[in-house]
Amino acid sequence: MGIRFVLMVNKQGQTRLAQYYEYLNIEERRTLEGEIVRKCLARNEQQCSFVEHRNYKVVYRRYASLFFLVGVDNEENELAILEFIHLLVETMDRHFGNVCELDIMFHLEKAHFMLEEMVMNGCIVETSKANILSPIQLMDKAA
Amino acid sequence: MALSGMRGLSVFISDIRNCQNKEQERLRVDKELGNVRTRFKNEKGLTPYEKKKYVWKMLYIYMLGYDVDFGHMEAVSLLSAPKYPEKQVGYIVTSCLLNENHDFLRIAINAVRNDIIGRNETFQCLALTLAGNIGGREFAESLAPDVQKLLISSSCRPLVRKKAALCLLRLYRKNPDVVNVDGWSDRMAQLLDERDMGVLTSSMSLLVSLVSNNHEAYWSCVPKCVKILERLARNQDVPQEYTYYGIPSPWLQVKTMRALQYFPTVEDPNTRRSLFEVLQRILMGTDVVKNVNKNNASHAVLFEALALVMHLDAEKEMMSQCVALLGKFIAVREPNIRYLGLENMTRMLMVAEVQDIIKRHQAQIITSLKDPDISIRRRALDLLYGMCDVSNAKDIVEELLQYLTTADFAMREELSLKAAILAEKFAPDLSWYVDVILQLIDKAGDFVSDDIWFRVVHFVTNNEDLQPYAALKAREYLDKPAIHETMVKVSAYLLGEYSHLLARRPGCSPKEIFNIIHEKLPTVSISTIAILLSTYAKILMHTQPPDRDLQSQIWAVFSKYESCIDAEIQQRAVEYHALSMKGAALMDILAEMPKFPERQSPLIKKAEDSEADTAEQSAIKLRAQQQNSNALVVTDQRPTNGAQPAGQLGLVKVPILSNADQSAAEIVSHANGALTVVDPQPPSTPSPDLLGDLLGPLAIEGPTGAAPASVASGLEGGVDADALAIAPIEEQANAVQPIGDIAERFHALCLKDSGVLYEDPYIQIGLKAEWGGHRGRVVLFLGNKITSPLNSVQALILPPSHLKMELSLVPETIPPRAQVQCPLEVMNLQPSRDIAVLDFSYKFGTQLVNVKLRLPAVLNKFLQPISVSAEEFFPQWRSLSGPPLKLQEVVRGVRPMPLAEMANLFNSLNLIVCPGLDPNPNNLVASTTFYSESTRAMLCLIRTETDPADRTQLRMTVASGDPTLTYELKEFVKEQLVNIPVPSRPPLAMPSHIQPTSPPPSAISDPGALLAGLL
Repeated sequence: MGIRFVLMVNKQGQTRLAQYYEYLNIEERRTLEGEIVRKCLARNEQQCSFVEHRNYKVVYRRYASLFFLVGVDNEENELAILEFIHLLVETMDRHFGNVCELDIMFHLEKAHFMLEEMVMNGCIVETSKANILSPIQLMDKAA
Repeated sequence: MALSGMRGLSVFISDIRNCQNKEQERLRVDKELGNVRTRFKNEKGLTPYEKKKYVWKMLYIYMLGYDVDFGHMEAVSLLSAPKYPEKQVGYIVTSCLLNENHDFLRIAINAVRNDIIGRNETFQCLALTLAGNIGGREFAESLAPDVQKLLISSSCRPLVRKKAALCLLRLYRKNPDVVNVDGWSDRMAQLLDERDMGVLTSSMSLLVSLVSNNHEAYWSCVPKCVKILERLARNQDVPQEYTYYGIPSPWLQVKTMRALQYFPTVEDPNTRRSLFEVLQRILMGTDVVKNVNKNNASHAVLFEALALVMHLDAEKEMMSQCVALLGKFIAVREPNIRYLGLENMTRMLMVAEVQDIIKRHQAQIITSLKDPDISIRRRALDLLYGMCDVSNAKDIVEELLQYLTTADFAMREELSLKAAILAEKFAPDLSWYVDVILQLIDKAGDFVSDDIWFRVVHFVTNNEDLQPYAALKAREYLDKPAIHETMVKVSAYLLGEYSHLLARRPGCSPKEIFNIIHEKLPTVSISTIAILLSTYAKILMHTQPPDRDLQSQIWAVFSKYESCIDAEIQQRAVEYHALSMKGAALMDILAEMPKFPERQSPLIKKAEDSEADTAEQSAIKLRAQQQNSNALVVTDQRPTNGAQPAGQLGLVKVPILSNADQSAAEIVSHANGALTVVDPQPPSTPSPDLLGDLLGPLAIEGPTGAAPASVASGLEGGVDADALAIAPIEEQANAVQPIGDIAERFHALCLKDSGVLYEDPYIQIGLKAEWGGHRGRVVLFLGNKITSPLNSVQALILPPSHLKMELSLVPETIPPRAQVQCPLEVMNLQPSRDIAVLDFSYKFGTQLVNVKLRLPAVLNKFLQPISVSAEEFFPQWRSLSGPPLKLQEVVRGVRPMPLAEMANLFNSLNLIVCPGLDPNPNNLVASTTFYSESTRAMLCLIRTETDPADRTQLRMTVASGDPTLTYELKEFVKEQLVNIPVPSRPPLAMPSHIQPTSPPPSAISDPGALLAGLL
């Protein structure tokens, strides 16, 4: 069913956002995040953006201090997911202006709103930045 | 930096951020959880704003990895908040914290439904998203029609419809039986005409889901998909917002091509032509550009196009073009492209006609095996494994072997297994196969599983031509200064069997062989020592004429290990020692191992079974699809005597079962007692002695005996699987050996009510019983231990006449790793010591396994403890005055035990010892109630008088109101006293009913005056 989870983790290994599209209990999440983060953070720029882990393939990308990790199954196109990460970052950039780790930490709800507009049930719903951001703008107006 | 004005939340996040370590963080989180919990308790005072703030804190804490098991109600209650900000938070947090099985979610269904059918678009979107992310069965039941309506409604805006499409996708995928999609093929086709890219993207996912279930209904969508591709890839007809670095929605292009791969083919010639035009354009028109994002996006489309071309069975020319592209990719610098190039090339192996073109890239792929990136190395390994066949096996396997010494530890086991499988499947000649496996053990011994070396022994045993070569190779490895223990095992085994074939070569005399193997002994483990002992026995046997010197050396080793703490080693040492004095009889007993029957390689099976990485599995599947055209071409296909010994074994095995113990025991006594008498010189004529006859045929006929020692131990049930070395594999094919001692398990279950009744490598039968009065309910647990189903399962109860037993239906097949329960109702009609038998059989592969197991529905299960006072006991005892209601017997040959232990034994049988009733401290008085249909509940009284001077005899008196019961109970107790619970029952000490001519002294000097007077 495509995307299984989206994680944002800083280079100290602290989770900054976690969205799962299949249910895992907290213990399973902790283990999975620990294993994946250990594997991905140890890699360097010369290595590819894909890591095979258990029955997932993790597609990841690093932006400054923050890693974006997306777990997918065999039904996904790896490069498409890699660029989907970039689309997410660009969308956050458009909203926050030069997005950084702190923006995501202190505006966790907005990060979640954006992701929710982009992915639903593990499938990509929307790729237009304007459409993704419109509910947030609506909320900002209301506030 | 306030989180939408929620100051408390920002402060909390800052605090967490400032925590120096995990412990501080935990303390801060605990404090906050306590705070939130108290706030939620007096809910009346909470404004929606406060609720929102606390719910966010919960989500934050949950994200940090702490369990949040409260506050779900508050999150759910926000769903029905009137204002957008609160409602939105409620929806998002609920779908993060809860899952479809959560009870609180049921409460939410109404609120969700109200929002879905309401007029507010933003609310509709929120509700559809929640149902689409975590909706379960009840959501599907109550929401599916509304969602379907929204998706096709013309008055509904795209922003709602795109969510409706994915919501429907989830409801349908989770519960295809609830969501009715009849007639959706036309609607789906209509949806694909949609202009809005968001709706189109979601609808494409929905289409994939529907088509993967039933493609027949959706043929009309194929031309529509091709149209969409043309619109995107050729006409570039999309709004600016949906182009990504100049590429028209790469995600929709990818999804569309993925959807087309769910149709078996595209038949309509016009559609097919248009599709190939687009694909050709993508294949040819994708250039490498500087911008990373653009490059990635265009290659995402390109790789999907490649996959679609492969799937559509394009003309060979286009296929070759694809392989050429992939060949280019696997050599580029960009690691992502290299990785995907290898991955797609592995998929390409499915297309038979391009396999040769792929082989041209072999050198480059081998280079990738040394890539600095493990992801890429894995892909390369998978591809090499997949592309290996007879023509290139030598090169590939040798590369793998070379790589083994430098490979990551994480990959070594997989690598050696794969190398072993390829060597076995595609070996150009057998000696090469032996070379490969020995190198494998030499280079990566720790990662070579036992299966691998068992397999090489199997091949060597079955191929006579190979035996001298293998023995010579093994000999050469032993010269190395440090070798892996597995190498010691395999070399010792091979040299034991075949070193006599090398006798004339330098350094290969029996003595030299023995010395070089014996050098390794101090460094190896117990399981290897067992193999070495067998080897020594074989060397001794092959040394003709006998070498006195060698003989005494080996005997010294045997006698040293006769006192080894490990039972298996001890047994081997004792038996070999005794056997090796038998002279010529030894030749028969230690004869060469017969050929193994052919069967599927356990390695390939293992590879298939292993739950490896997905990608790895794909390659294995791929391999399976390719058919093992060449598999095992190298094996000796001649009909060996494989089938024959199996049959003989079956005949020999059962009756010998009890003899094996005896004969083994006899050997021991023989060896101990007659050691000096036996002529160590092997007599030239076969000795006509009984032992040789007894053991001879066993060892010859039973291929089980990797070493003669395992003849005996194997029959007993294989104590040490490791030490038996080759034997276990063989046994699995011929006759399944039980694990553990069946008789011991039965005896244990006679005293307790749950445990294992029977176990072998494939099945375990557990048992749990409840007893009450004259009835009992026993549940049999039949557990399949392996990853393939067990078939033709049959369980028959053979009840004795006094028990009525009804076994519920036993399924014919037990699925892999499943356990089935079969209740068995038992009713006791009358007192009896007879035992019910379970006749159980199943098939593993083609092999039928049948066992007959005693069921622990024994007499003491129908006893219930009752303790009686002196006032109750004596009148009863007196009223049951003599035979047949009261029986007395002197029992001899009693297992000596202290009185307290005997009391415990009685109590464990539910015969409750009543202390103080008998003034003589050497006597025991016990009472119990027996239940059966004929006797109803009946009091039974027992008195035993023991003699402290001679604990092997006692006088026992049993009384009850029923003559049969009295007799049966007396016999039962007697069995328990004289019988040590071991498989072989020693004969009873005395015939029953016969009063001793002279009563034992204990009876005469019995000072139990009170009781004696009553008697």
